[in-house]
Amino acid sequence: MTETKLLKKSSFESFFKSLQGQGKTIYAPKNNGKKVEFTKVSTFEDIVFDYINSNQSTKDIVFPRYHKVFRYTKEKDQSITLQDFDPNALPETVIIGQRPCDAVGILALKAIFETDNKDLPFTARYDKTTFVTISCNKCDENCFCTSNGFGPGSTNGSDILLTPVQNGDFYAEILTEKGKNLIKANESLFENTAEMDKTPFLVKVEPKFDNTKIQEKLGSLFNHETWVEQSLHCIGCGACAYVCPACACFDILDEDNGRSGFRYKCWDSCGLGNFTLHTSGHNPREVQSQRWRQRIYHKFSYMPKREHVFGCVGCGRCSKVCPVNMNIIEHLQTVNEL
Amino acid sequence: MEDIRKRAKQLLEAKTVDVVIGYGEGYGKKVKAIFVRKPEDADKLIYDERCTQNIGVYLTKHEVKHFGKAAIVASVPVMRTILQLCSENQLKEDDVLTLGITLEGKFLEFPTYRTLENFLANGVQPLTESDKELMAKIDAMSISERWNFWTAELSKCIKCYACRSSCPMCYCNRCMVDYNQPQWVSVPSTEIGNIEWHLMRAMHLAGRCVNCGECGRACPVDLPIHLLTFKASEEAKINFSAVAGLSMAMPSTLSTYKPNDKENFIK
Repeated sequence: MTETKLLKKSSFESFFKSLQGQGKTIYAPKNNGKKVEFTKVSTFEDIVFDYINSNQSTKDIVFPRYHKVFRYTKEKDQSITLQDFDPNALPETVIIGQRPCDAVGILALKAIFETDNKDLPFTARYDKTTFVTISCNKCDENCFCTSNGFGPGSTNGSDILLTPVQNGDFYAEILTEKGKNLIKANESLFENTAEMDKTPFLVKVEPKFDNTKIQEKLGSLFNHETWVEQSLHCIGCGACAYVCPACACFDILDEDNGRSGFRYKCWDSCGLGNFTLHTSGHNPREVQSQRWRQRIYHKFSYMPKREHVFGCVGCGRCSKVCPVNMNIIEHLQTVNEL
Repeated sequence: MEDIRKRAKQLLEAKTVDVVIGYGEGYGKKVKAIFVRKPEDADKLIYDERCTQNIGVYLTKHEVKHFGKAAIVASVPVMRTILQLCSENQLKEDDVLTLGITLEGKFLEFPTYRTLENFLANGVQPLTESDKELMAKIDAMSISERWNFWTAELSKCIKCYACRSSCPMCYCNRCMVDYNQPQWVSVPSTEIGNIEWHLMRAMHLAGRCVNCGECGRACPVDLPIHLLTFKASEEAKINFSAVAGLSMAMPSTLSTYKPNDKENFIK
């Protein structure tokens, strides 16, 4: 059962310092001079609270763009020493200030990485991370979380949800065991308060389409010309996928210097031409329209069918960073009208 | 704007071209590239200060080539793109009809590449003030300061390759970073891998970059990587008198061998 508390604005720094004192690695939104990005922070003053959303999602923290899976060394006697991925070496981590859409994005990643076999590095990072989300009181024209079945104050995927209320104080919903454990050492900072209606403190995000209707439509649109039309101006880079909180494509490669080496995982994107290139030279997704269709189908048809979650959270980052203004709302509205 | 629409309509009606590549309204207040194939859609074409993308990138795109003969709404960097692509045998001479927009914003049609060459001989687009400023700042740095500046910037690169995809000169079917036997460049986004990629990219564009700045605009993490290729262009001009995109028959700066090369090591 959810516990509801009040975290005074003046107590936030003490909460932060206490987490630091417990040796936790803290990620929070920080302005790097150009953009607000989730960064390891060591000073409370570095945290930005007044922002709509970070340029990149918090995906990188639980599913890093690059991480080693194992290392090996060839010894003098020709034997091989293998050093496997060590989940115990990961630090206890807290993410402060991600938006509800990123929390939902991490649930989508979880669905992908934990369906049938669990992906050990992902699960280990997820288990060691506590998600302290902050509700949205601002949005921009690219936000469409409410079209995907949740909203600016949704608790899905968060351990604690903080909603900014009067006087800059935060209404705190302690949602999980992880969340409870996080405030255990600081219970005095969290005053008991009755459950309240957050709506007046949340931004109103107008729905742009209905994702279940999109899913239904896609059933008969695979060969429709719209995919070619929509993607004519797509240049096939990976910017949309890399800023997306729910995109999980990756590549596995080796680096070896003859005596030792390692295997690693890094981000990849289904929008890149080589993603499906076979060794034979055949490429089943030869042109960009097929790759664009795959992106939409994976998020709005295959994932809900297979993993029972949508692969799009409505953060709008893909539209924001797209160098050629491919806009996902525009494209999905087109699908809706077909 | 009306000139462009009128001319595009005529060209499509007369079937002189099959597609007009230009700019149209996108979602919100943004613009996007559009590919007009019907005369009645010519009114969707726009041109204003938001139309900064180098749409020359689409001239080599599979789906767009498929439409047939193209006309393109071309700012000066797009004009240079056309000539450079022609000099690299990616476009046939006079294959594309240029609906040019001069630096003063005037509409001017170029029926042949020769007329484009004549026009561009009078001058090309200058660097923006902010680029000039940053370039001067970097030039004034010592080598170690410059190294620190670029390693800090490039460490933010997420290797999405928006710089490559947005560049009309990066038309290779298979880029050197996509080779894995041997692996020339480290694949993931790591400090060294990022530096390798951006230096290789700049070198591959030396003397070929048309200075449109699209790579820098495309970058989702705002790295000023266009300055790397601008600088390489400057060097190519100083050392080889080569300026890209002014002629449809420019020899490739870095892959041309002359027996009378001024450097001895190459002889």
